[in-house]
Amino acid sequence: MDQANPHMTSYKRDAKAGLRDIAPAAIAAIPIGLLFGAVAVGKGLSPAEVALMSALVFAGGAQFAAIETWVSPAPVLALAFGTFLINVRHVLMGASLSPKTRLSRVEKFIAFFFMTDESWALSERRALDRPVTAAYWAAMAAVLYINWVTSTTLGAVLGSFLGDPARFGADFAFTALFIGLVAGFGRSRVTLVTVAVSAVVAALVHYFIGAPWHVASGALAGIAAAYITAGKEADA
Amino acid sequence: MSIDTTTLLAILAMALVTYATRVAGLLVADRLALTGRAKAAFDAIPPAVLVAVIAPTALTSGWPEAIAAAITALVAFRLPLLATVVVGVVAVVLLRNFL
Repeated sequence: MDQANPHMTSYKRDAKAGLRDIAPAAIAAIPIGLLFGAVAVGKGLSPAEVALMSALVFAGGAQFAAIETWVSPAPVLALAFGTFLINVRHVLMGASLSPKTRLSRVEKFIAFFFMTDESWALSERRALDRPVTAAYWAAMAAVLYINWVTSTTLGAVLGSFLGDPARFGADFAFTALFIGLVAGFGRSRVTLVTVAVSAVVAALVHYFIGAPWHVASGALAGIAAAYITAGKEADA
Repeated sequence: MSIDTTTLLAILAMALVTYATRVAGLLVADRLALTGRAKAAFDAIPPAVLVAVIAPTALTSGWPEAIAAAITALVAFRLPLLATVVVGVVAVVLLRNFL
C-alpha cells in the first residue's frame, strides 16, 4: 500500500493542476458555447444536431466557421474543406506536443481527439519543466469537453425559444468573435497583409460568385500573400 | 429532436477531418519542422481563414455591419475576447437603429 501511495498522490496532484489550469478557459467558453448553440438553431439546425456536432467535432473555430456559412442542404465537401483549413494547425501542434507527453501510442490516439488550442497551449507550457501526464491531460480534456457539449446544447435549446438572433445582434456575434480571435495573431507586417488580402478576396468572391467559395479563395489568397510577404529573408 | 441526413453527413465529414488533423501530428512528429516562408504561410492559415469567413458580413452587408466591424477591430487589441464580442454586438444593434 505504501508503494501505491506516491503514485496515487502524483496522479491526484496532476489532475488538480489540470483542473486549475483549464478553469479560466472553460468558464470563458460557456457564453461562447451558449451563443454557438443559439445561432446554430437560428440557421436551421436542431438541438440534437448541435449536440452531435459538438460531441464529434469538438472544435470551436471550425464549428463557428461552419455555422456562419451554413446553408441547407449542407454543402458537405465545402464544409469538410473549410474544417480542414481551420484545423490543419493541429498537425503542427500535435507533432510538437506528442514527444512531451507521458502516454502510450494507443493512449495518444485517444487523448489527441480532445486536443484544443487551450489544452495544447497549457500543456506546452507545463512541458517546459515536466512531462504532460495522462492525469493532467484527462482532467483538462474532460472539463473542456463536457463544458462545450453542455453549453452548446443548452444554447440550442434556449435559442429555439428566443427566436431570430438578428433581433439582438446575436447574428453579428460571430463576426465580432472572429475579429477578436484574429487580433490574437498580432499586428506583424505579414499578419496585416494576410488579413487584408484574405478579406478583400473573400468579399469580392462572395459578391461575384457566392458562398461558400469565398472561404477557400480568401484563405488561399491570404496564405499566398503571407508566403510572398515573408520574403526571402525568412528563408535564411 | 430530428437529425437531417445531409447534416449528419456534414457533421461526420467535419469530425473525420478534424480527428485526422489531430492525430496526423503523431505520425510526423520529429520530422515536421517548418522554417522560413513555409512556416509564415502555415502560421497565416488561421487568421486567413477566420477573416475569409466573416469578410462578406463585415464588408459588404451594409454600413452598420462595416462600422461595427471597424469598432470591434479597434477594441479587439485592448479588450479580452468576450468583452470584444459584447462591444461588437452592442455597436451593431445601435448602428442598425440609428443609420
